[in-house]
Amino acid sequence: MADIKLMKGNEAFAEAAIRAGCDAYFGYPITPQSEVLEYLTAQEPHKRTGMIVLQAESEIAAINMVYGAAGTGKRVMTSSSGPGISLKQEGISYMAGSELPCLILNVMRGGPGLGTIQPSQSDYFQATRGGGHGDYYTPVLAPASVQEMADFVRLGFELAFKYRNPVVILSDGIIGQMMEKVELFPQQPRAVEFDQSWVTTGKTPDRERNIITSVDLDSARQERHNQDLQKKYQNMREHEVRFESINCDDADYIFIAFGSASRICQKSVKIAREKGIKVGLLRPVTLFPFPAKEIKKLSKQVKGMLCVELNAGQMIEDVRLAVENNTLVALHNRMGGMVPTPEEVYHALLQKFSIE
Amino acid sequence: MAKIKGAIVIDVERCKGCELCMDSCPTDVIRMEKKVNGKGYHYAYMENPENCTGCINCALVCPDAVITVYRKKFED
Amino acid sequence: MEKENLRLDEIIREENIVFHKTSLLTDKVFSYCPGCGHGVVHRVIMEIIEELGIQSDTIGISPVGCSVFAYDFMNIDMQQAAHGRAPAVATGIKRCWPEKYVFTYQGDGDLAAIGTSETIHACNRGENIAIFFINNGIYGMTGGQMAPTTLSGMKSSTTPYGRDTMLMGNPIKMTELVATLPGTYFVTRQAVHTALYVRKFKKAARMAFENQKLKKGLSFIEVVSNCNSGWKMSPLQANRWMEENMLAFYPPGDIKINGELIKKT
Repeated sequence: MADIKLMKGNEAFAEAAIRAGCDAYFGYPITPQSEVLEYLTAQEPHKRTGMIVLQAESEIAAINMVYGAAGTGKRVMTSSSGPGISLKQEGISYMAGSELPCLILNVMRGGPGLGTIQPSQSDYFQATRGGGHGDYYTPVLAPASVQEMADFVRLGFELAFKYRNPVVILSDGIIGQMMEKVELFPQQPRAVEFDQSWVTTGKTPDRERNIITSVDLDSARQERHNQDLQKKYQNMREHEVRFESINCDDADYIFIAFGSASRICQKSVKIAREKGIKVGLLRPVTLFPFPAKEIKKLSKQVKGMLCVELNAGQMIEDVRLAVENNTLVALHNRMGGMVPTPEEVYHALLQKFSIE
Repeated sequence: MAKIKGAIVIDVERCKGCELCMDSCPTDVIRMEKKVNGKGYHYAYMENPENCTGCINCALVCPDAVITVYRKKFED
Repeated sequence: MEKENLRLDEIIREENIVFHKTSLLTDKVFSYCPGCGHGVVHRVIMEIIEELGIQSDTIGISPVGCSVFAYDFMNIDMQQAAHGRAPAVATGIKRCWPEKYVFTYQGDGDLAAIGTSETIHACNRGENIAIFFINNGIYGMTGGQMAPTTLSGMKSSTTPYGRDTMLMGNPIKMTELVATLPGTYFVTRQAVHTALYVRKFKKAARMAFENQKLKKGLSFIEVVSNCNSGWKMSPLQANRWMEENMLAFYPPGDIKINGELIKKT
């Protein structure tokens, strides 16, 4: 029998973490994601599965606990929102450099600075360009429903261990806070079935010592390490692109939106179709790697693409790069916690592309 | 009467000539060589080996773990 | 002379070895300056791990600073931490491997400046780990800048006229500070510049690992050390200066044993 519950996105994420066999979560409260830590502490997962939950003294400490725990080869995760994610960048960069798997949830709020606790998608650049110092990328998954908040935990861990790389789930205050029904996957064992030869367990006589580090002062070796990392990211670009395409086949115009903005656009597609305008929606599910090929393909068949974002227009840069001037690309955006209505988006489409 | 005699062996190429062993020796065994090793350091050596008791003080303070200490009891 | 040589041949034999480099140190030559205390502390920690037979259960954490490459010299599993974050990294490892031995190795810039928060909270939570805190009153690796532990009036490359405590604050005694937290079980200050101090330090280091086995909480071991390059002295001068000045302000000795503060008489 299906295990269906009515839950907040943040809670679904936390429950899915326990069920995905996560070994440890290290967090710090920040709105709008505090329910993750609250749900986990209330669930006492150490009794359910042996999972460790610890409230750290700061986001910096939390991510460094994740860094240490990830070195033991366990499934580990943390969550935060914009200002906290900024603090975590040091640790994320270290994990990218030393090739450690982990899962990081960012329930985005508006910025810059302390900004607002209201939902936003303003951390797109930060998430899709690595985020911290140095040349690196992390796979970025953008959930658009409470269901995906749960499902992407399992997918995220899979990708993290497949590539030995941090994986970011880029959610926002809407998806994190809203309640929806969610079908929860069954409990998975905590054991990690991936290669564990590199983890710190204590050096045994049958192997060389395992060292987890991102520093190497030998320039030739450091360049090779960087080249290897870039190969890995290229590999992700070739194999991990995920997107959802709605009514795109016959579309004259296409909305491109991720996460909560894509839900609004779904309704806008309906409104437009009812008025006889052939509109589709392309929703990138992975923001890195970005579905550039699909967007390029679509750009050759449509009259225009409207990027709808809850930020100043960040994803639109990737769309423009993908489109290569094949078609018109426009932006409709809101910021600071403001959210457009489906009608507003529909009218923006009419106006931007002078549709009579 | 039994007599305890000691000796040290310096890993010359790893010695950095810091002189801490010389300073720590209670029986004035160690001096720094006038010659230098491959790294350019004046390395430690036993100038007065007959004084060495194998007390290991020099090895304990050596920051580069270059000293091996030997000790033997002689029945005269 | 010939007789003496004969004697040496008799003494220098494998069966007569009373001290040799532990096999838990790799063959790599230490990257530290001549006379630097790091080498002694590295060696003693590795000796303890060898003597306790816990190499296959021990994970060390190297910091940012001169000892960033401690893992090149220590033949154990290690993880390198961002500046100051070693106690948080150790927390993550220890929580995942509660039966393993976990220690951090940190300098005073790492632990007493950028990592004060991680240090205090790991101590306060009573993480069952050992923290080795090497205090030489200066930033060694970056070229001898002022550390929080730099003594009043002490010269460094960023206090070229001596540390003016009115402008730059006072030297911080991290060890006394963490001793006040209920999570710390064993807090001590040691040195390694003489054979006697090395022997005492080794005893303390052993206790830090034994406490972990007994799940007693956090052991915090400060080692007051030198930085002859940063202090611009010869190794011998530096040790003398350290004894007269550093040890006067940072007095060696146990501060907390078995979770109880030692009362000063």
